[in-house]
Amino acid sequence: MQAQITAGAQGTGADPAGKPKLVKMAAKLAYRNLFHDRLSLAVTLIGIVFSVVLVAVQCGLYIGSERMIAAMLDQSDGDLWVVPFGTKSFDDPSLLIGHEKYAVLSTPGVAGAEELVVGFSAWRKPKGGTTAVLLIGSDHENGTLKPWNIVDGSVAELEAPASVAVDDTYFTDLGVNGLGDSAEVNNSRVRVGAVTHAIRSFTTLPYVFTSLQRARTLLGAGANQASYTLVKLAPGADLETVRADLSKRLQDREVLTQGEFRKRSVDYWLFQTGAGAALIAGAALGMIVGVVIVAQTLYASTKDHLNEFATLRALGASAGYIHKVILIQALMSAVLGYGVGMILSMLVIWASKDTTLLIVMTPGLALLLFALTIGMCVIAAISAIFKVTRIDPAGVFSR
Amino acid sequence: MNQAAQATQPNVLLEAKGIVKVFGSGESEVRPLKGVDLKLRAGELTLLMGPSGSGKTTLLSILGCILSPTEGALHLAGYSTEGLDAEGLANLRRKHVGFVFQGYNLFPTMTASENVMLALDVRAKPVVDPPGHAVDALSAVGLAHRAKAFPAKLSGGEKQRVAIARALAGKPSVILADEPTAALDAENGRAVMALLSEVAKDPNRAVLAVTHDHRTLVYADRIIRIEDGRIVSEECPDKSKPRDNAEAAANDH
Repeated sequence: MQAQITAGAQGTGADPAGKPKLVKMAAKLAYRNLFHDRLSLAVTLIGIVFSVVLVAVQCGLYIGSERMIAAMLDQSDGDLWVVPFGTKSFDDPSLLIGHEKYAVLSTPGVAGAEELVVGFSAWRKPKGGTTAVLLIGSDHENGTLKPWNIVDGSVAELEAPASVAVDDTYFTDLGVNGLGDSAEVNNSRVRVGAVTHAIRSFTTLPYVFTSLQRARTLLGAGANQASYTLVKLAPGADLETVRADLSKRLQDREVLTQGEFRKRSVDYWLFQTGAGAALIAGAALGMIVGVVIVAQTLYASTKDHLNEFATLRALGASAGYIHKVILIQALMSAVLGYGVGMILSMLVIWASKDTTLLIVMTPGLALLLFALTIGMCVIAAISAIFKVTRIDPAGVFSR
Repeated sequence: MNQAAQATQPNVLLEAKGIVKVFGSGESEVRPLKGVDLKLRAGELTLLMGPSGSGKTTLLSILGCILSPTEGALHLAGYSTEGLDAEGLANLRRKHVGFVFQGYNLFPTMTASENVMLALDVRAKPVVDPPGHAVDALSAVGLAHRAKAFPAKLSGGEKQRVAIARALAGKPSVILADEPTAALDAENGRAVMALLSEVAKDPNRAVLAVTHDHRTLVYADRIIRIEDGRIVSEECPDKSKPRDNAEAAANDH
C-alpha cells in the first residue's frame, strides 16, 4: 500500500512524456449541475425561450412596422421631397398648392421631378360595404414609385381605364378575389388590373395603386396638383444648395431629404402614436420576465448545490472559480434557450407571413437577441453569485 | 502568499500557538478555543479527540485555514496565516491542505476520477495527463477499478477512499480528516484508518484526524485530547502494545 500511495501522491500520470496542462473541470461541473435536475433546467429554458420569443416578436414587429411605414419611400428613388407644410408622414397626405413640378424642374441642379397623388378614399366592395383605402397615384411609365411584388396582372394594365392594383393580403378587407374584380372608389367604378403580394400598410388601410391622372380624378385634385413632388438631383449638384433654392421658390411647402421624410414618417407612427413605445415596452417586459425566471431557477439550482460549492471553497477554490461555474451554467442556459427560442420565433414569423402583421428577423436582430440573452442570463446569475459569496466553508464539517 | 516563509522546526508542518477563537460579542459571546498550542509533524498520524463541544471542529477549521483565529498564530508549511483575507487563506489551503470530510462531500454529478480531477482543477496547477493522475490517486486507495463510478454507486467506505484520493491528488503537506470513520461500519472504518495511517507515513506529510471512534486509536502516532477549548493531554502511544479501547474511552471522557 505504501508504494501505491507514494505513486498516487506523486501523481506521475500515465503519460510521463507529455507536457503538464491545466485541468479544466469548471465547465463539466456546470454542465452536470445544469442537467442533473431536468425539471429545473426545463423551467429555466422555458423562461429563456419565452423571453427570446417575446423579444424577437416585439423587435421583429418594430422593424416590420418601420419597413411598412417607409415602404413607399424606400421604393421610390429621389433626393428631395416637396411636401405640404406640416406633413406628418407619407400616410398622412394632403395636396400641395399646385404647379410645384414646374418650379422644381426650373431650379438649377434638378434633373427630374416626379409627382405623387396620395389620399384617403372610400372603397365600396362589390357585395356591399365600404372600407377606407389609401389611393396612390403615380407615373408608372417614367416614375420610380410603382406597384412591386406583382403576382397577377402587370403595371402596364394599370394604364387601362379604371384599372387599379391591390394587394392580396387585403382581399378580404376589399371584398375582391383577384384580377378582374370590380369595386367603386369614391363612387367611381374601378377594376383590379394587377395584384401585388405583401405590400402591407402600417395603418391597416389597404394601399390601392393607380395612375397619376386617375388618382387626381378620384381624389378631386386639380390637373397640376400633387401630394408630393419627388426631386431627383443632377449629377454633382449640391443637395443643400438645391434644397435652399427650392424652399425659397416654394413658400408654404417643406423640402425634405429622403432620409428626413422617412424619419418623420417612422417617428410619427411609432412614437407620436405610442405604437412603437408599446412594442419596445413589450420587448423590455419580455427581458424582465426572462431575467426573473432565470434568476429564480439559477438561484434555486445554486441553493441545491450549496454544499458542493462550500466543499469547493473548503478545498481552496477561489471565489472567482465558483463564480465561473455559475456563470458557465448561466451561459449554457442562455445558448440552449436562445437556440430553441430562435427556432420558435422563426416559426411564428413563418406563420405570420401572409397576415397583415409584418414580423422581420434580420441577422443584426438575431445577433442582438443573442447578446441580450447572454446579458439576461449573466444578470440573472448575480443573485446566485451573491448567495455563494456568502458561503461559510466551515459548514462542510460534521454534516 | 503575502507572508514571508518562516522557518519552523524541520519536521513540523503545521504549528498553532496560543489559538483563541471568539464568536459573537457581549452576552452572546462564545469562546470555543481558549489558547491552543499544537504541532503536526511530518510522517505522523495525529488523532484529535474530545467530547462534543470541546472545540475540535473550530480548531480543525482554523488549522485548515478556513477560519482565522481571534488570537494566536498559525504557521502552515512554513507560511504564517497572519493578516490573510479569505482569498489568501483559500490560496494557502489549496496549496497545502487536503480535507477528508465525515460526510465524504463528493460531487454527486461527477465520477470518482472527476471528483479527483476537480480538486486538481481547483489547485490550478498544471499536471501531466490529468485523467491518468486521477486514476493514479484512485489506485493509491485501491479504487482504480471504480474510477468511472458515480458516488451514488459507491459504498460508504469507497466514498471515503475517493475523498482521501481527492485529498492526496493535490499533494498537500497536511491532511485534515473530520470524523473520517463516523459514517462507516467497523470494517470500512478500519480500512480507512489504515489508509490514513499509510498516507501519514509520507515523510513530507502530516495527517490529523478528529475522531470519537476509539477503534482508531491503534493507528495513532500521537493522540491529542481537547476539552473545553484547551489541550489537556498529548501522548505518543506505543503501537506495538495492544490497546484496550474501553480503557481508552474511559480516559477520553
